Amino acid sequence: MIDISNIHKTYITGSNKLHVLKGIDLKVEAGEMISVMGASGSGKSTLLNILGILDNHDHGEYLLSGIRIENLNERKAARLRNKYLGFVFQSFNLVSFKNAAENVALPLYYQNVKRKKRNAIAMEYLDRMGLKEWAHHLPNELSGGQKQRVAIARALIGKPKVILADEPTGALDSVTSQEVMDILTDINKNENITMLIVTHELDIAKRTQKTIRITDGLITEIIKN
Amino acid sequence: MFDLDRWQEIYHVLRKNKLRTFLTAFGVFWGIFMLVIMMGSGDGLKNGVSQNFGDMATNSVFIWAQQTSVPYKGFTRGRQFYYENADVRALDEAIPEIKYLAPRTNVGGFNGASNVIRGLKSGGFQIFGDYPVFDSIDPVNLLQGRFINEIDIKEKRKVVVIGLRVKELLFEKNENPINQYIQVNGVYFNVVGLFKSKRTGEAASNDNQRIHMPFTTCQKTFNMGDAIGFFNITSKDGIPVAVVEEKAIRVLKKRHSVAPSDDAAIGHFNLEVEYKKMVGLFFGIKVLVWIVGIGTLFAGVIGVSNIMLVVVKERTKEIGIQRALGATPWIIISQIITESVVLTTFSGYFGLTLGVGLLELINYLLESSGAGTEMFLHPGINFSVAVVSLAILVVAGAVAGLIPARKAVSVKPIDALRYE
Repeated sequence: MIDISNIHKTYITGSNKLHVLKGIDLKVEAGEMISVMGASGSGKSTLLNILGILDNHDHGEYLLSGIRIENLNERKAARLRNKYLGFVFQSFNLVSFKNAAENVALPLYYQNVKRKKRNAIAMEYLDRMGLKEWAHHLPNELSGGQKQRVAIARALIGKPKVILADEPTGALDSVTSQEVMDILTDINKNENITMLIVTHELDIAKRTQKTIRITDGLITEIIKN
Repeated sequence: MFDLDRWQEIYHVLRKNKLRTFLTAFGVFWGIFMLVIMMGSGDGLKNGVSQNFGDMATNSVFIWAQQTSVPYKGFTRGRQFYYENADVRALDEAIPEIKYLAPRTNVGGFNGASNVIRGLKSGGFQIFGDYPVFDSIDPVNLLQGRFINEIDIKEKRKVVVIGLRVKELLFEKNENPINQYIQVNGVYFNVVGLFKSKRTGEAASNDNQRIHMPFTTCQKTFNMGDAIGFFNITSKDGIPVAVVEEKAIRVLKKRHSVAPSDDAAIGHFNLEVEYKKMVGLFFGIKVLVWIVGIGTLFAGVIGVSNIMLVVVKERTKEIGIQRALGATPWIIISQIITESVVLTTFSGYFGLTLGVGLLELINYLLESSGAGTEMFLHPGINFSVAVVSLAILVVAGAVAGLIPARKAVSVKPIDALRYE
């Protein structure tokens, strides 16, 4: 599903060059659930951003579901993100003035699905997250765990092939963290959606099939859980 | 297509900082408001001054005789001379550029002693001897009856066409003046027509105190011989009346033994020149109004652009989220431009409405008080100008949104997402 080889990424700020990724090779099969661990600044988030086509890589090859990701214009990148990828962020990143259902429906809005239809689908997904009765609440009326479940529903609604989660439990307490992980594992099992989870919590990483450890921009260890 | 999500977003953005939205909107509002008020006022001024012309042919010249100021052909200076009936044919033959040539005479003075009597009523009016062609040069609204015609001229009929004010002063309120007799300078005339001026204000009240009779009747009845008071001449379409004016003066000088260098002997007034001066003046005012108005509007639009930049900056993260979820640059750009257009159009429309409303109020107050009609009349802007202004607003709003919109999509999605 994901096939990257020799990925390099350097950030240039003023006269400083920061070589963050120094040649990453990684193959992720469809339906795999993988966690990425590493110290802060090791490049794990950068890797995730490149995989999510939110950032571009300098060198190397990236194939997403067989499509070569290289020099894409923003329009194509947006289409690919919409079609293939679902994002779950640490800070949830819900749109503050849209209620839960509207937030979930957002990816379908960009696919030009009719409002009535996309809201009905959004309700379905919210129901699966056990948030049906919260559908018309604004994000600031929801708890952290609820927000993250809304975000997961939003990541799922576009029927992506890959879900990229950047510290999905970073802002949650341990009980809710486990609940969120339960949901993600379920989705991975039942819908066969490939999943990449960046985390620095060992017990979260343990719940995935494989853990990749990144140190200083290189993959140093792959552990099967 | 009505897109609820898009409008929800616009509503949210504009509502989020109400004072800021209001102040931005006020910039545009004020621009268009000033434009409307200034254009309306300029129009009012123009209407006020133009009314003095009524429907009069503006390509007309008046020529009358004065005293000579240069001795010539054995005549001394200070000689009084008169135009004669023969001059009419001479002018007509010598100047092919003439469209209408109306020789006129007048009796009695305006605001002078009472010269017209009917029964126990009397009044002082201006009395003209005219040819039917005069009605083509300076038309009036005929309320009843007819104007002077050729048969009147030929038969030297003792008939008059009277102005509305003349009727009001000499007749009872519900009396029909047609076929009644009035006494002008001691001679009875039959009233055949009643007219009302096409002008307004003071010019109209002057007009309405006129009495027209056949030119030939006037000459004969009041013992004028074949003397002509003055000429009223218009040029053919497309020919400046100054051409006719110059030629006519030359012909008349020659016929009346006036020195070619004598500029004081022949009085003349070129309405076209005056009219053109006025048209030029109002064109100048209009240009000025547009420059100032568009300038003010432009300042308002820059304000919108500025605020949109701030909005885009504030919403960087939100836009980043939308892009991560698959919003194409076009969706973001069109969203921001729509916001900008909505802001400018709404505030502009408000300014337009309020400006027009204020003009209407002024108009109403002017009319109900009866004041100021001499220089200021019917201020207002026409519909097409309003539509054009609105179109300018929409375009300006789009342009104002363009730079911020481009800025919004120029950041990488990840930088937008990380923005705090």
